[in-house]
Amino acid sequence: MSKDGPSPAVHDRGGWPTDAPIDRTEHALADWEMLADALVGVLGGSGVMNVHELRRGIESMPPNEYEAASYYERWLFSMETILEEKGVLEPGELDARVAG
Amino acid sequence: MSYHVGQPIRIAARDHEGHHRTPAYLKGKTGRIERVHFSFTNPETRAYGEDGLPEQQLYLVSIPQRELWATYPGSASDRLYADVFEHWLQPE
Repeated sequence: MSKDGPSPAVHDRGGWPTDAPIDRTEHALADWEMLADALVGVLGGSGVMNVHELRRGIESMPPNEYEAASYYERWLFSMETILEEKGVLEPGELDARVAG
Repeated sequence: MSYHVGQPIRIAARDHEGHHRTPAYLKGKTGRIERVHFSFTNPETRAYGEDGLPEQQLYLVSIPQRELWATYPGSASDRLYADVFEHWLQPE
């Protein structure tokens, strides 16, 4: 614990203090976002990866990337991170397949 | 140690390396038990692929907003409600 108290984490709350207006607009989910949601469900249901691991992966994002990413972009980052950690994916495998 | 509804508590002010569900802004703050939830597997170990046993008791706790935010402009009776696991609570 630092002299200033427990270290805050980027995910502790929905953002940092700001005087800017909060964007409350809704948006329709893109197909890839629904697929990302479904994939997390399948990975959990099949015992490959649980929701706590999903959260740990999200929380491991560099703070500037976390702030810039959308909700499901964070899920994708975490799925790739955790699945590489478990050896389900090779490092760089997704990038290679997208490029190929 | 278990807690009952209405009991004053303090949320432990400790760092924790790795995934945990106690946000920094609650650490060290005082509040009270509002509800005794069920027990759940521990997310601090499940997040690393372990079984999360033994299960940990979860509580709904409330903390005065003015204790959390120095410049909180609302009523002194406003409270923040959060779910906190037993091993993050201390009697107050």
